[in-house]
Amino acid sequence: MNIIVLVKQVPDTSEVKINRETNTLIRDGVPSIINPFDMFAIEEALRLREKHGGKVTALTMGPPQAAEALKEAVSLGVDDVVLLSDRAFAGADTWATSYALSMGIRKIGQYDLVIAGKQAIDGDTAQVGPETADMLGIPFIAYIRKIEKVENDTMVVERMMDEGYDVVETSLPCLITVVKEINQPRVPSLKGKMKAKSLKVTAWSAKDVNADENKLGLKGSPTQVVRIFPPAPRGGREMLSGSVADQVAAVAKKLKEQSLI
Amino acid sequence: MSVKVKPDICTGCETCVSACPFGAIEMKDGKAVITDACTMCGACVEACQFQAIEKTIEATGPAKDLSAYKGVWVFAEQHKGSIASVSIELLGEGRKLADKKKAKLSAVLVGSGISSKAQELIAHGADAVYVCNDPALEHFNDDSYAAVLTALAQQHKPEIILAGATAIGRSFFPKVASTLYAGLTADCTMLDIDDATGHLHQTRPAFGGNIMATIVTPNHRPQMATVRHKVMKPAQRDDSRKGEIIDVKYTPSGPVRTKVLKTVDELTETVNICEADIIVAGGRGLGSRKNFLLLEELAKVLGGAVAATRGAVDEGWIPYSHQVGQTGKTVCPKLYIACGISGAIQHVAGMQSSETIVAINKDPDAPIFNVATYGIVGDVTEVLTEMIKKFREVRG
Ligand SMILES: Cc1cc2nc3c(=O)[nH]c(=O)nc-3n(C[C@H](O)[C@H](O)[C@H](O)COP(=O)(O)OP(=O)(O)OC[C@H]3O[C@@H](n4cnc5c(N)ncnc54)[C@H](O)[C@@H]3O)c2cc1C
Ligand SMILES: Nc1ncnc2c1ncn2[C@@H]1O[C@H](COP(=O)(O)O)[C@@H](O)[C@H]1O
Repeated sequence: MNIIVLVKQVPDTSEVKINRETNTLIRDGVPSIINPFDMFAIEEALRLREKHGGKVTALTMGPPQAAEALKEAVSLGVDDVVLLSDRAFAGADTWATSYALSMGIRKIGQYDLVIAGKQAIDGDTAQVGPETADMLGIPFIAYIRKIEKVENDTMVVERMMDEGYDVVETSLPCLITVVKEINQPRVPSLKGKMKAKSLKVTAWSAKDVNADENKLGLKGSPTQVVRIFPPAPRGGREMLSGSVADQVAAVAKKLKEQSLI
Repeated sequence: MSVKVKPDICTGCETCVSACPFGAIEMKDGKAVITDACTMCGACVEACQFQAIEKTIEATGPAKDLSAYKGVWVFAEQHKGSIASVSIELLGEGRKLADKKKAKLSAVLVGSGISSKAQELIAHGADAVYVCNDPALEHFNDDSYAAVLTALAQQHKPEIILAGATAIGRSFFPKVASTLYAGLTADCTMLDIDDATGHLHQTRPAFGGNIMATIVTPNHRPQMATVRHKVMKPAQRDDSRKGEIIDVKYTPSGPVRTKVLKTVDELTETVNICEADIIVAGGRGLGSRKNFLLLEELAKVLGGAVAATRGAVDEGWIPYSHQVGQTGKTVCPKLYIACGISGAIQHVAGMQSSETIVAINKDPDAPIFNVATYGIVGDVTEVLTEMIKKFREVRG
């Protein structure tokens, strides 16, 4: 079973803070990590390979330093990596990102399954998975929490829904996005770390993947960010005091006044 | 469009370096330099006190004939025949946008045995409803739902299409946007029509809620967006409203390659936390499953839903479907009562847009108090016991 995992390098948003005076984002010293959901995608791919054999390739589109994320993927046990890096990719929204990734996947060729994370924690869009699937012309299923079985050219999975879950059967190849519930990612092995250290990541350009430049990067992106601003601070908070009964009574009064209870 | 630093004006103060959400500015020879990671968001332009950074806008991308696109559409999501509350909220918002555009508001209803629901959508503000009713559409399926909406949009060319940022909306909407080469903005919390350009301004949180971004789709149509639960005001119901109901035949655009074998409802109660007006949420501070029952009792007293942190879910006190936060659900109730929750950023990202937040924690420095409207410092079991008593009394 040949599997391609989509991996994105993101700033660790739990480390990002807002400077309340200048209303700007403080990024100094914020480390770059593999998008946490993509860690589950990598793990699931490795488990499928252990069960069914085959090969796992990690694919990312990003600036040259995104190679670091691919090295980390290798340290976890991924067989092969592909970095899409080119000025032409810069400024891509989800449509243009998906287009570039789909062209990268076409060039990699032979695959049975593509696994992506549910969403990236910087943009939180959850769109790159389904858009990439559409451009590849393969079926897509979101929010997979369990792969029940893989047989010949079909796969049965559990998909999380707002009210519970669905059991869905799909033909292969297909693209799925995975949620945290699906597994517990492993830590890098010593052997993996050695392999990652000596790995030289070569980048594919837009030309290498035969991409139409008009559909790439900023030029190919339907959406544009026109403004970034800090969220409105929440209205004044009130710390209550006194005994538990006093505090609860005070809250009850206020909530009642606002017709909340 | 491009963002450029004017080196002769740049003082090398580095304010822009820390202002850039994407880490795309570097210092070279004492001047700021914009790297390939730039997404042209313009945060640096606003941050620079010396007007040393300039953003120029030229038309980009293959402009379609935008004037051919008219009207506002809402995808009316239904679950077992009942219309999702977020769709009613979207009709309210869609009505506003349509009125501003002096255009028609239409709803698209897809499913099996759902035709009778069309009138309900009209009562909530739709001028027309496209109904695609077919046994093959009984279960949600990306291929078939996308086929229906894509074909309709290609035929009728709406200017704007909205859907709920639900599991269903966020799953199949991108497929439609991909085929139509349309711009899609996920998880919006604010929508507006720009007076000057007539474009849809779509505002959404990013970076785990640390910043807000406004997004436009200048050269492509339709403009598509998913919108969170509870952020828009639901449309008033008026059963005397008249509208057009248009039956649409279901024609698969190709083989449907996925099949739902089984659907399982898993919530331990009937209230979906995304739709609840009142949520009582518990964290690890509750200490035990037994104490968690107290919280469930309070929720019952208030007619609210129960939610939890990842901490509480990991303890096994409640299933994952109730988890709120970055890896769980985003909720926006009128009242959120946080019990024994520390307020980690990943949790706060999913609940900070709640209208009123009451936080209970024994630690007066717990970060949850930073987002709280009212903070109660005390032992959570004691406070909950008292609340159950007091709130019951207040509600009579
Ligand atoms: C990638 C990633 C994604 C994540 N996604 C999510 C997510 O979606 N949702 C989520 O919730 N978390 C998420 N987390 C985890 C998050 O970082 C926190 O670990 C989690 O929210 C903590 O849960 P908690 O507040 O219940 O527990 P704790 O942090 O352990 O806090 C318990 C609180 O209870 C208080 N307390 C203890 N005893 C009492 C008492 N007797 N009375 C009153 N107060 C008491 C303590 O003072 C403390 O503040 C994620 C983490 C990562 C790394
Ligand atoms: N630049 C990228 N390179 C590789 N994979 C990506 C990229 N952007 C997004 N993805 C994949 O798509 C998923 C969803 O991302 P998003 O749509 O940005 O929330 C991520 O979890 C990744 O698996």
